[in-house]
Amino acid sequence: MTWTEARQSLSGALIITRREMRDQLRDWRIIAPVVILTLFFPLLMNFTAGQAINFVERYGAPVIGQRLVPFLLMIVGFFPISVSLVIALESFVGEKERHSLEPLLSSPLTDSQLYIGKTLAAMLPPLLAAYLGIAVYLTGLALTIHWHPDVILLVQIIMLTTIQALVMVAGAVVISSQTTSVRAANLLASFIIIPMAMLVQGESLIMFWAQYDVLWWVILGLVLVTLVLVRMGVRLFNREELLGRDIDEINFKAGWRTFADAFRGVGRGGGLPAWYRGAVAPTVRRLRWPIGLVAATLLLATVLGFRYASVYRLPLVAGSLRGVEANFNHNLAELGFVSAGGAAWVFFTNLRALVIATLLGIFSFGVLGVVLLMVPLALTGFFAGQVALIGLSPLQFFVAFILPHGVFEITAAVLEGAAILRLGASVISPPGGKTLSEGWLMALADWAKISLALVVPLLLVAALIEVFVTPLVVRAVLR
Amino acid sequence: MINAVGLSKRFDSFLAVDSVSFNVESGEVMALLGPNGAGKTTTVRMLTSILKPSAGTARVAGFDVVRQPGQVRHSVGVLTENHGLYMRMRSEEYLAFFGELYGLSPVQCRQRVAELLDRFGMREAVGKRLGEYSKGMRQKLALIRAMLHNPPVLLLDEPTSAMDPQSARLVRDAIAALRTEQRAVILCTHNLTEAELLADKIAMIKDGRIVALGTVGELKRQWLGPTLLELRVARPLDGVAESLTGLVQVVATGPDWLRYNSDEPDAVNPRVLQRLAAQQVPVITLSEVPRSLEDVYLLVVGAPQQTDGAARVVQTQSEVPLPVGPAGAKIPANN
Repeated sequence: MTWTEARQSLSGALIITRREMRDQLRDWRIIAPVVILTLFFPLLMNFTAGQAINFVERYGAPVIGQRLVPFLLMIVGFFPISVSLVIALESFVGEKERHSLEPLLSSPLTDSQLYIGKTLAAMLPPLLAAYLGIAVYLTGLALTIHWHPDVILLVQIIMLTTIQALVMVAGAVVISSQTTSVRAANLLASFIIIPMAMLVQGESLIMFWAQYDVLWWVILGLVLVTLVLVRMGVRLFNREELLGRDIDEINFKAGWRTFADAFRGVGRGGGLPAWYRGAVAPTVRRLRWPIGLVAATLLLATVLGFRYASVYRLPLVAGSLRGVEANFNHNLAELGFVSAGGAAWVFFTNLRALVIATLLGIFSFGVLGVVLLMVPLALTGFFAGQVALIGLSPLQFFVAFILPHGVFEITAAVLEGAAILRLGASVISPPGGKTLSEGWLMALADWAKISLALVVPLLLVAALIEVFVTPLVVRAVLR
Repeated sequence: MINAVGLSKRFDSFLAVDSVSFNVESGEVMALLGPNGAGKTTTVRMLTSILKPSAGTARVAGFDVVRQPGQVRHSVGVLTENHGLYMRMRSEEYLAFFGELYGLSPVQCRQRVAELLDRFGMREAVGKRLGEYSKGMRQKLALIRAMLHNPPVLLLDEPTSAMDPQSARLVRDAIAALRTEQRAVILCTHNLTEAELLADKIAMIKDGRIVALGTVGELKRQWLGPTLLELRVARPLDGVAESLTGLVQVVATGPDWLRYNSDEPDAVNPRVLQRLAAQQVPVITLSEVPRSLEDVYLLVVGAPQQTDGAARVVQTQSEVPLPVGPAGAKIPANN
């Protein structure tokens, strides 16, 4: 896109923004809270801050007052932007409900122009109110207690305020695209309000501990969340999705059919071999990019673990390993490791880890699921690094302790990680022509196929090898 | 101007529009009739590039609805099923907003708004917020919005619903004027009288399929049989029906009247009158028995769908099959 095209595109979007902002300024239900939160609330906070400082100083705890003033700065910025969520829901799903969206969708504007125009309209008035509120609060503080903020802190608060408004609006778009009524959208808005409330609590803790540098990480995290939500919003806010479907009703039957069709795959009948050929193999092919990505990530985790071995060195000496070899059989027998029960324990422990990774992945667009899978590989790398630090071969350690069962276990982790990543990605970007729920159910079917057809058998083999073969190899190497 | 070929739209397992084909030329009005949920709105949304067809193609004003959605939407004026106005705005402000969206300059927009407001008798309401408008006024304003950018194609969904007779007449005149301005119009309506009055062509849609397509006359002939004519004489009918043997097939008689079907009334009726004059039969009237589009509609939409899936599309008068049946059955025993 050239600069001129971008400018033309933005000017189209701004037609929508201007109209909606004019409309908001005529609605006392929006104006009243914004004015109150912009003018009166900061003054109230000024008063509160002044009183609190006087009070705590009487008891010799001035630090509380010092921490309270920047915290209230953040709150003064946050309250007005909370209105942006309501405006966004009203703007996106409210128009749908009032049927005024269709004339807009019939106009020559592109989906992106509509998205940008409406996003700006939902964001700008509360954001300007928030900036004004911050200015009022700071002016009040300067006049009353002569407090001036650190420039870096002020930049952080303004960035936090702006990005939080964007997160709420982008989240509201995603919610709006999944409903056809404001009532349903308001119910779903809890998925934004609760995390935002928790975020503000977290930020409060950070500010009371005066760990202001940590706020940069919060800002970075919010930027990433915003990118994901905007990506989802752009994907979901299109004419086809908005007018093509009636998606308020839960249709378990249709949902089950979508899942079952995807799970069975093509070429039904013919039993298990046909299912492996017609359903599992195409899924693995489809997952080749996530498989590559997860494999690379796990390798990176191993390398990082290896590198950190020298930073967090364990008090190991090469000689002490001889003692391990002497008592190896005795220790294993005492633990009851080399037995069917031991194999079952290993299997279920690994299975539990993968289930937890999946659950974490569902709530984090796949990210935390993969992070959890990285942990054992990072530990492996870390111990290989420790072994290297005491003058032994890390390769030998890896071949003896990990490789026999790791061939199966790591393969299972890579496959499972890829399926989890796809599950998360399906929410960010559903496959073309599918709704969010359809895309997710299809990805869930892929996850179930990979888990049942490949991961569980691989983990079973890995557990048997880990219990009955790996100890033999380890003992041979130690000897 | 509007050309749809095998247009289909599937939502998951539901086929909303099934292989719809039609053509609307410049200066032509096509009425799209059908019960609620038949697929009219989905068809219109595909023609506006709002929904992507699952199969088939369509070109609107020369632009492909899938590949050139921006140009298509620029060439189309849409009156949606629900007017969808912004109730806190005033009419001029509202129309200026849409004018800007369609790329009209402020001067062009002002001129066009003034012209259309005058044409639809909306001048007096300019100062009011749209929320204060009556239903009919809102509908008229939505129609003005559709016509604002002078589009060559108009897709109008229930344009006269909720209007008083005067306003409805105004809107019907406006639609008729669109025809003379060489615009192509698709009119979705449940008002069959209006469709009969305005449309050059009728498409009836049922369960997503076009089940009848043709002019009003063609559809009547196809579904209700040949034209039915009624002859009234000023004396008892004795011997009159028999005297017409070989010329027409008399289908019903009364004390002083008879009815007959004719495929070619222009040719047959003068001969009938000549023969009666020769026999000195005093004729009071010879007129066509009125048959409404509603009769056709109820027959078409109420009829079970043809198993081959093909619409009964009338191409030319000569191709019209002449089913015997419904028309004769509807003749009252005594009139």
